[in-house]
Amino acid sequence: MGELKLMKGNEALAEAAIRYGADAYFGYPITPQSEVIEYLSEQNPYERTGMVVLQAESELAAINMVYGAGASGKRVMTSSSSPGVCLKQEGLAYIAGAEIPCVFADVVRGGPGLGTIQPSQADYFQNTKGGGNGDYRNLVLAPASVQEMCDFVALGFDLAFKYRMAACILSDGAIGQMMEKVVLPDQKPRMTDEEIKAKYPWAINGRKNGTQHRIITSLDLDSAKMEEHNIHLQKKYKEIEENEVRYEMINCDDAEYVFVAYGSSARIAQKSVQLGREAGLKVGLLRPITLWPYPTKAIDALIKKGVKGFLSVELSCGQMIEDVRLACNGRVKAEHFGRVGGIIHTPEEVLEAMKKQIIGE
Amino acid sequence: MASFKGAISVDTERCKGCGVCVVNCPMGVISLAKEVNGKGYNYAYMAEPDKCIGCASCGIVCPDGVISVYKAKL
Amino acid sequence: MTVQDIIKPENLVYQKSKLLTNKPFHYCPGCGHGTVHRIIAEVLEELGVGDKTIGVSPVGCAVMAYDYFDVDFAEAAHGRAPAVATGIKRVWPDKVVFSYQGDGDLAAIGTCETIHTCNRGENITMIFVNNGIYGMTGGQMAPTTLEGMKTATTPYGRKATLPAGAGFDGIPNNGYPLHITELIARLPGTKYVTRQAVYDPAHVRNAKKAIKKAFENQINGKSGVNFVEIVSNCNSNWKMEPVAANKWLVENMLPEYPLGDIKVDGKLVEK
Ligand SMILES: Cc1ncc(C[n+]2csc(CCOP(=O)(O)OP(=O)(O)O)c2C)c(N)n1
Ligand code: SF4
Ligand code: SF4
Ligand code: SF4
Ligand SMILES: [Mg+2]
Repeated sequence: MGELKLMKGNEALAEAAIRYGADAYFGYPITPQSEVIEYLSEQNPYERTGMVVLQAESELAAINMVYGAGASGKRVMTSSSSPGVCLKQEGLAYIAGAEIPCVFADVVRGGPGLGTIQPSQADYFQNTKGGGNGDYRNLVLAPASVQEMCDFVALGFDLAFKYRMAACILSDGAIGQMMEKVVLPDQKPRMTDEEIKAKYPWAINGRKNGTQHRIITSLDLDSAKMEEHNIHLQKKYKEIEENEVRYEMINCDDAEYVFVAYGSSARIAQKSVQLGREAGLKVGLLRPITLWPYPTKAIDALIKKGVKGFLSVELSCGQMIEDVRLACNGRVKAEHFGRVGGIIHTPEEVLEAMKKQIIGE
Repeated sequence: MASFKGAISVDTERCKGCGVCVVNCPMGVISLAKEVNGKGYNYAYMAEPDKCIGCASCGIVCPDGVISVYKAKL
Repeated sequence: MTVQDIIKPENLVYQKSKLLTNKPFHYCPGCGHGTVHRIIAEVLEELGVGDKTIGVSPVGCAVMAYDYFDVDFAEAAHGRAPAVATGIKRVWPDKVVFSYQGDGDLAAIGTCETIHTCNRGENITMIFVNNGIYGMTGGQMAPTTLEGMKTATTPYGRKATLPAGAGFDGIPNNGYPLHITELIARLPGTKYVTRQAVYDPAHVRNAKKAIKKAFENQINGKSGVNFVEIVSNCNSNWKMEPVAANKWLVENMLPEYPLGDIKVDGKLVEK
């Protein structure tokens, strides 16, 4: 049985990495996620499991350390917050091109630029639409609780290795900093070098005598091969879109109007649903858990069931709304409501926005 | 008289005709051919095979590793 | 004795390393990258570590070094090879890990990674090919470009400063040739730091010895970065014939970048 503990979201993420049997963490401090590397340093995971923790000289260096260690078949993780994730985009594009599994967390703060250290969800574009160069995707998981900060580490690693790509845990300052009870998983052993060699034949960790050397690269000067590689990546992404969409529906069975919200916004929108229901409004909540792949089909199904409008509730000036609108494809009304700059919307104003922007007086 | 005699074999198709071996052969053995290989390079060859002492200088300095050096006791 | 009599397997005294694949190098004729590849492969073969070596190639002309070495290889983003090598070595401390970079890669865009990898004292080998120019992108100025040297971005020659103006004793311009190797030699994290060349057989032999030491240190568990700079040519972008380029290298590059060990066993060599 798992161990019950009161923890910050950032600490739960760090502890989950140790317990998952991660081999390494490379990171660079930035608020509001410095607790991740602080907790790891304090826990001395090298003693606990043999996990390496290294404070890099920059996020650029950290993600490229992830690139190297991930390319060698080990389970590697990094974390940062918005401006730091910008710096990681170079490495993430290479990771996508070279098909290296890894997990990274973005505990989002406000922007643009240095912005604010307060919570925000304005990195939706950065993480779900790419951010680095080229046609690629990252898996994006959006935790809405400290428990999910913990659980999505394992899910992220499993998916990252299943598809050989980066999995992003897209959190925000609120989830990262809040304390909640969390059931921690039991400690898993780290994979042995032999297990890694047997399980991941693509990994570069010293070729076997008499066998071909292995190459990890994102480059091919042959246009035909490069196109083939891109087609291969797109096929993989398609498969993920078919199989890995995750979401939660709350009070959607009879809903006429639906909030769409993830992470901390989803927690608030859930309250708004409750308030709306008390006031006799048939409102529900769709909480995407995977932001890429996006639950487009879930929105489509809701429209077919009679939902007349959606309100995308975000701590941003309107980013996810684009995906909601793509899913709606003009059939029903879809609007955005959000607060920014570190201000978190109240359940009341979110409900008010639904009434004003979608339902109409 | 040297008690050793050398010879080189150049992978002429892979030689790029850079001439680095030519100037680094202490015995003046190597020249670039008037003819070109499939890539259009004037490849290196032993113009004065009798002079080769098998010192391997050419092999060691060839950027493309296309020279093998042999040395036999007389 | 005829040539045919001599060219027999039992008489072989030199051939290219078996740790190189059969793929012909894509480098320009006479380019030092090929020579450096060759001697690295020879060293790894002689040390018998082909099975446990992991290389990291740069962005630069040597980007596809992975095609030539018959050892596992990762291709890094521009300048990040030391970080990639760090990542690998930290999780596979028993493997032999080396990075291979040009001057733009190691001493411009990757300076931060270079200095911090050296400062952490990662137990890796770093090979640095200094040809004083950006080879791959067509001959632009590198941090190591000599003063006065013409490149695509310094068509009138690199000028560290522009002539004095009113109130200035010189207006900052392209800056000075960067001696990154001397810089990192000052860091306690570096074990062995040396500058070599490969333009003639004697220097190739020296360079190979240095590279061997740089790998032996790593294999023997001596902690710290083992750093070998090779002053090399980029005859294409210097716009010279290969042989002339090597002569120019001796006359112009070596006075600025003198050859020899800079730090041995963690101690700076007294000059
Ligand atoms: C981020 C990024 N910026 C710029 C480039 C373009 N670029 C490729 S190689 C290179 C310079 C290479 O010079 P150097 O490191 O000296 O290697 P050389 O080709 O001379 O061996 C540059 C600027 C790139 N690939 N990536
Ligand atoms: S050095 Fe090598 S490539 Fe150059 S001419 Fe001689 S054999 Fe040919
Ligand atoms: S082995 Fe020595 S003497 Fe013979 S060709 Fe090569 S460099 Fe010249
Ligand atoms: S461009 Fe310069 S560095 Fe690149 S292969 Fe040609 S000679 Fe070598
Ligand atoms: Mg260069």
